Amino acid sequence: MLKVGQLETELGYTVFTMMEPDATTTDGYTSDLLSDVMGNAAEGSTLITIQAHKNTVAVASLIGMRAIILCNGRTPTEDMVGAAMKEHIAIFGTDESQFTVSYRLAKALGKV
Amino acid sequence: MRDNSITGVPVVSDKRLLGIVSMDDIIRALDFGHINETVEHHMTKNLIVLEDDMPVSFAISYFDRYSYHRFPVLNKHKELVGMVTTRDITTRLLLEINHEVEHLERMNRSTKVTDGLERDVHTFAILKHDFENAGFASTEIKKRLKQSGIAPATIRRAAIASYELEMNIVVHSDGGRITAEYGPDEVVILSEDSGPGIEDVDKAMEQGFSTANEWIRSLGFGAGMGLPNVKSVSDEFSIESSANGTTVRSVIGFDTVK
Repeated sequence: MLKVGQLETELGYTVFTMMEPDATTTDGYTSDLLSDVMGNAAEGSTLITIQAHKNTVAVASLIGMRAIILCNGRTPTEDMVGAAMKEHIAIFGTDESQFTVSYRLAKALGKV
Repeated sequence: MRDNSITGVPVVSDKRLLGIVSMDDIIRALDFGHINETVEHHMTKNLIVLEDDMPVSFAISYFDRYSYHRFPVLNKHKELVGMVTTRDITTRLLLEINHEVEHLERMNRSTKVTDGLERDVHTFAILKHDFENAGFASTEIKKRLKQSGIAPATIRRAAIASYELEMNIVVHSDGGRITAEYGPDEVVILSEDSGPGIEDVDKAMEQGFSTANEWIRSLGFGAGMGLPNVKSVSDEFSIESSANGTTVRSVIGFDTVK
């Protein structure tokens, strides 16, 4: 288990929005296919993706995700940040690839 | 005034408001030959001001009460922080009204009696390629089930089914609607669109088969998992398709463990 705020303080990811740093994330899911995320990601997961648009927030919110990490230096659109603020989902950014973020998050969650 | 298309300019000394020079003041100064004198002698000094933390409804009643077209806005240190005009308010109100109307138009509430029980029925209009509002119907359905105290795992199934069906209408159809019918033991999610229909329904039900184009795929849709996802979370699932449109019915039971 990890607090959403630790994605910034411990893993060093850039915050685009974070309304609830004390929310917890228990798992991670890496995918750029939103239907795949919808069907397979566990509740409370952090989504690791390059899909930096508003629809990603809708999917994350519907299945109860608390954080999204945008990889490869992608930055969110303005309406994506707006939607995430409304749904209290945190958005982070990094230059790291999905592979690296997945490994680092899995390690921080004690999964590897 | 001409450069900025405005009809009044505040006069300040170090952020403190001294007066306003309006079009009227200028016309009067021209009329009486004072146009080369300093503004402080010809500006309007008896000002009605608003404070920055006042509700907008106050501003509206001020416009009603006084004949001014603009009010200066001061902060609690009496410094000028802005001007509010009737145009600002009308523009904002129009935006808000449009927003409300859009919200109302997208969702239609009614009730229906089945087996002697009154059921709530919510209908959502979905437009072709409207990615902007995609997820609205499923979010409303999720909210409604949450209010009824339905188990989170069940809500998740309903959210998945309704979102995939909603996205299918956005991505593939010429537009349609999602209807959610709330019963005591289940929610029935019905997706109806007005075409063009699915050529090969069996293929559409296969994982990984998709007819979505490149730009839709680049958004993360069109992975060929939508309909299979809906089927896997549903207790009852049926699909019919012709050139006139596609109808999908998904029933999510509240007692089922999946």
